[in-house]
Amino acid sequence: MSGFRILVGCKRVIDYAVKVRVKPDKTGVVTEGVKHSMNPFDEIAVEEAVRMKEKKLASEIIAVSCGPQQCQETLRTALAMGVDRAIHVITEPKEYESMQPIHVSKILSKIATEEKADLVIVGKQAIDDDCNQTGQMTASLLDWPQATFASKIEKSNGDLSVMREIDGGLETIKVKVPAVLTSDLRLNEPRYATLPNIMKAKKKPLVTKKPSDYGVDITPRQEIVSVEDPPVRQAGQKVESVEELVTKLKEAGLV
Amino acid sequence: MLRASVLRLFSQPIRQTVYLRECLDTTAFPNTLKLYSTQTAVKEQPGTTVSEKEAEETRIGKRRPLENAPFIRELFLGRFAKEMLVYPEMTKEELEHLNQMVQPIEKFFNEGLDSKTIDVNAKIPDEVLQSLKDLGLFGQQIPEEYGGLGLNATEFARLAEITALDGSIAVTLAAHQSIGLKGILIAGTAQQKAKYLPKLATGEHVAAFCLTEPSSGSDAASIQTRATLSEDGKTFLLNGGKIWISNGGIADIFTVFAKTKVTVDGVEKDKVTAFIVEREFGGITSGKPEDKLGIRGSNTCEVHFDNTPVPLENVIGEVGGGFKVAMNILNSGRFSMGSSGAGILKKLIGMTCEHAVSRKQFGSPLAEFGLIQEKFAQMTITTYAMESMAYLTAGVIDLYEKPDVSLEAAIVKVFSSEGCWSCVNECLQILGGLGYMKDYPYERYLRDGRILMIFEGTNEILRLFVALEGMKYAGKELKDAVKIARNPWKNPGVAWKMYKKAVSRQFSSKKRKSENAVSVHQPYNSKLKLHQSLHNTLQYEALLLEGCTEAFQKVVEHLLITHGKEIISAQMDLAKVSNIVIDLYGMTACLSRSNRSYCLGLQNADHEIMLTKAFCKDATKRINTNLKEIYSGPVENNSENYEHIAQAVFKHGGYAASHPLERMW
Repeated sequence: MSGFRILVGCKRVIDYAVKVRVKPDKTGVVTEGVKHSMNPFDEIAVEEAVRMKEKKLASEIIAVSCGPQQCQETLRTALAMGVDRAIHVITEPKEYESMQPIHVSKILSKIATEEKADLVIVGKQAIDDDCNQTGQMTASLLDWPQATFASKIEKSNGDLSVMREIDGGLETIKVKVPAVLTSDLRLNEPRYATLPNIMKAKKKPLVTKKPSDYGVDITPRQEIVSVEDPPVRQAGQKVESVEELVTKLKEAGLV
Repeated sequence: MLRASVLRLFSQPIRQTVYLRECLDTTAFPNTLKLYSTQTAVKEQPGTTVSEKEAEETRIGKRRPLENAPFIRELFLGRFAKEMLVYPEMTKEELEHLNQMVQPIEKFFNEGLDSKTIDVNAKIPDEVLQSLKDLGLFGQQIPEEYGGLGLNATEFARLAEITALDGSIAVTLAAHQSIGLKGILIAGTAQQKAKYLPKLATGEHVAAFCLTEPSSGSDAASIQTRATLSEDGKTFLLNGGKIWISNGGIADIFTVFAKTKVTVDGVEKDKVTAFIVEREFGGITSGKPEDKLGIRGSNTCEVHFDNTPVPLENVIGEVGGGFKVAMNILNSGRFSMGSSGAGILKKLIGMTCEHAVSRKQFGSPLAEFGLIQEKFAQMTITTYAMESMAYLTAGVIDLYEKPDVSLEAAIVKVFSSEGCWSCVNECLQILGGLGYMKDYPYERYLRDGRILMIFEGTNEILRLFVALEGMKYAGKELKDAVKIARNPWKNPGVAWKMYKKAVSRQFSSKKRKSENAVSVHQPYNSKLKLHQSLHNTLQYEALLLEGCTEAFQKVVEHLLITHGKEIISAQMDLAKVSNIVIDLYGMTACLSRSNRSYCLGLQNADHEIMLTKAFCKDATKRINTNLKEIYSGPVENNSENYEHIAQAVFKHGGYAASHPLERMW
């Protein structure tokens, strides 16, 4: 049988090493002039898709990103890692701020149907909002089985055998294809995009679409009330004995 | 007067907008270039006249203009090529593409590298070397058709900022591509390129540059390795030994320079020829790796050739034309040292800054102490100048078909190597005892950086090169004037006029009272009008630059008249001339760059203006000192004493003064 056609979701987020600062008007975080890169879990997803292609399990990989113009840089990185073509669903920067997993999952599911994808792989969560919803919502919209928090993906007789990392330990499940997978940290270690591949990526196709092309309405469902720094951690106190501890707790009105 | 000042008031904004438009219009260059194309291209090299078609294509921007204005050489004549005040620009796509390439390289160098272990073990691990090859770093400047990245000078300089973070890796890469295979790239035939470049681009073959011998370092023309042509005239036999060859132990392809017999005008002479030699040809042995102070991970060793057969088709360029090939190779790689140095210093300034801000002594953080602030300021100014000069030079290389930036690149190399050494030293000093410990990278950067002043042409040689080339250029035009000045009796009428002019210049200058040899004009009586190419904020600095340029031209004339042909051996004076030129280029680069930043409104542009003002002030001070010393002659500037002291030490075989406790009873 010919290989899978894989759809990979790539989100452009603030780089993990950057110190995030809250905007003075408390409507969000500062994104202007700040270094952005691909969501690390999405990098792992792209890497997994590329490895599947190298093992001849997959025949084509399509990367998708939703957001403003700069998302094309993220898609170019995916192309440089080995993805065959990219789709950029462009939104206004203002609309992007209020975009939620529900909107993204509607777009991804529409694209998956249109492109006749066999697998949709996304990162388990984005490091900026930590929602952990897109993969699950996409599976539900497509009515496909889902294997989330995947730390190992193997083919077994036309289906996929996926080892998942759950709170209790490791769980291995079998999912039928087509399916939605979300990648966890230990699935693989993403490769560096080499410079020759970056040069080749320039020639790979990247199309720009709008959410309306997929019939998806991205009006916000939520309103962000305020964004604040977490409270500064207070210093603790050292006590010499249990009695002292109890006294101090009583003084603070906690006992 | 009133009308003039009113006119000035209204013309300023117009000038600025005109400048801004020119600044952003990259085809502004070709129009101003025609002046120099006709002056230098046609006269000096009869083979490179610009055809009508080429001229038209240049004008509409389809083809790059042929040759750049010889900026430094023209400075020796007091002429300033104003296009240097327009800082080079990249297009948006080029910049985005470059930033995309920067990302994985930065990631690798910041995360995947244990520089300390490489230094301690004096070896770059094979996996690291393979990763560098996979990343594509071994073929940066090789054209895409041969499997390389085809980067231009600016892109190459940008990546050099990152690879410099590990000295051993930087030198390994440079030895391979900046010099090792550069000969094939710039002077090779199509067959040579097709045969060797593809494997060199992927790193399957590593290259090395073999010029230095035990008795020939700076004096490259005196090498003794021989290549004798076989009876059938098809093979050269190579015999000799080279020392201190980077990548010597791991290379598969060597660019070797050897003496061959050539017949010139019926006379048999020994001339240097460049060869592409494969290790597979046989007869090549590499010595054991040298134990070095710094760049310890880079492989450096002796390479011996014992009757190594080299086919005739492996000659690079012409038989007997090897010296020029060597010089062109070395000239083409030098400019990247500016961006390497800047890359290292930017990182170290950041680390040292963190320390200075958090470390407290006597109740205050170090950052509040004046001496520490002075150090940071000087390091920042030096780094800024280094970066500006490097990218200005790289930009000029990219803008022309046949650029000649040999003097500019030499200046960048000298400034960057010395700047790196002193600034890394200061960073270490700020850290105090911690800087001295191997747990911190400062001492490694210091040791790695020491080589910069030595290899790729020692700084002493490069200073003499810049000064002598410039003087030669100026001397050609001034030949007649200098001849008359040195032999006034042969042409007394003209000599008297020149003498009168020089004397009146001396007495009429009010500045004779103040100690400055540099006189600064006002905008209205400025001759070069550099301030009209720059933003208002930099007007004073532009006038300073003009004053320095004028004063420089006068001192060049003075030296040519004083020494004549003996100028070649007046090394102490030549070094001062070079130092002035280095400062002039630095000022030009800083003014050009900060002007662009300010006009474009880049972040922290006003900080850049401050750096430029500070650099220009310091540079003018240094230039004044150098000028005064040259004018005051060998007795006043101590050169004569230095010569005698040195001769006494050599005669004595060492330190000659008696011990302070010694006496005769």
